Amino acid sequence: MYFSLSELRVMAEDIQQKLEKYRTAPFDARFPNQNQTRNCWQNYVDFYRCQKALDAKGVDTAPCDWYKRVYKSLCPLSWIEKWDTQREDGTFPGKI
Amino acid sequence: MAHPTQLGFQDAASPVMEELLHFHDHALMIVFLISTLVLYIIIAMVSTKLTNKYILDSQEIEIVWTILPAVILVLIALPSLRILYLMDEINDPHLTIKAMGHQWYWSYEYTDYENLGFDSYMVPTQDLAPGQFRLLETDHRMVVPMESPVRILVSAEDVLHSWAVPSLGVKMDAVPGRLNQTAFIASRPGVFYGQCSEICGANHSFMPIVVEAVPLEHFENWSSLMLEDA
Repeated sequence: MYFSLSELRVMAEDIQQKLEKYRTAPFDARFPNQNQTRNCWQNYVDFYRCQKALDAKGVDTAPCDWYKRVYKSLCPLSWIEKWDTQREDGTFPGKI
Repeated sequence: MAHPTQLGFQDAASPVMEELLHFHDHALMIVFLISTLVLYIIIAMVSTKLTNKYILDSQEIEIVWTILPAVILVLIALPSLRILYLMDEINDPHLTIKAMGHQWYWSYEYTDYENLGFDSYMVPTQDLAPGQFRLLETDHRMVVPMESPVRILVSAEDVLHSWAVPSLGVKMDAVPGRLNQTAFIASRPGVFYGQCSEICGANHSFMPIVVEAVPLEHFENWSSLMLEDA
């Protein structure tokens, strides 16, 4: 799952366009059913993993903003606060 | 809106509820017809002096009263499945709102753009204004734009609750730690009431839900005002 810098630049432009037209989290075929718990969790975790990975490369982390918009739409504020605190304390249950 | 001496469902405020209402009318008519027929037959059998001790078998009527019920069942099943699949269609929501159940109030979060969140408590009976509905009104309503597909994610912060609005045809359990998705389209502007539908303690009957569907510009004005107040 490694991309070249030019591929990352193209992806970043695509994400920019998607973000400008963002209304709400779109349908995600990975989570087609009633239980959207995992959808929220996955996007939260993906944002911080993406941020960590792109930071390590020294690349602009703007493409990660898609995941951020989606988790902000889906996840209850109390869950986000709890997870943010856990990440700061180092007790977050997911691998980032 | 429920009213005294009401017999049927509340007027539908969403396309899905309209379908459910019509299907219910259809199925109930079949039920009434069959019940009337059976009741008539019972009364006729019980109130005659005629007796017949010599019937042994009758192929024809057995065929009729096997095929006819099968046909009736198909006539019920087809619209039922149609609605089932219709409710399961993948919709493309314009807006996501989270409804969180607490003991004993709902809180709503609109976080697609800014972080708008507010609590919605029942208006106590002594504080009602004339014309308001007892045990149904809330201090803050969940405002939605009309004719827009809205995704509602229901969850709870303590015990089980359930978010229900009958005129929109929506009921979804609020489970702590779980995010349950449902969706609706408010086909007309209006105010739609519901009540918590899962026993959750002393004030379970006193945490109602009010959805107010308004034109899009009004919704945008309302959300700006709510953000300023917060």
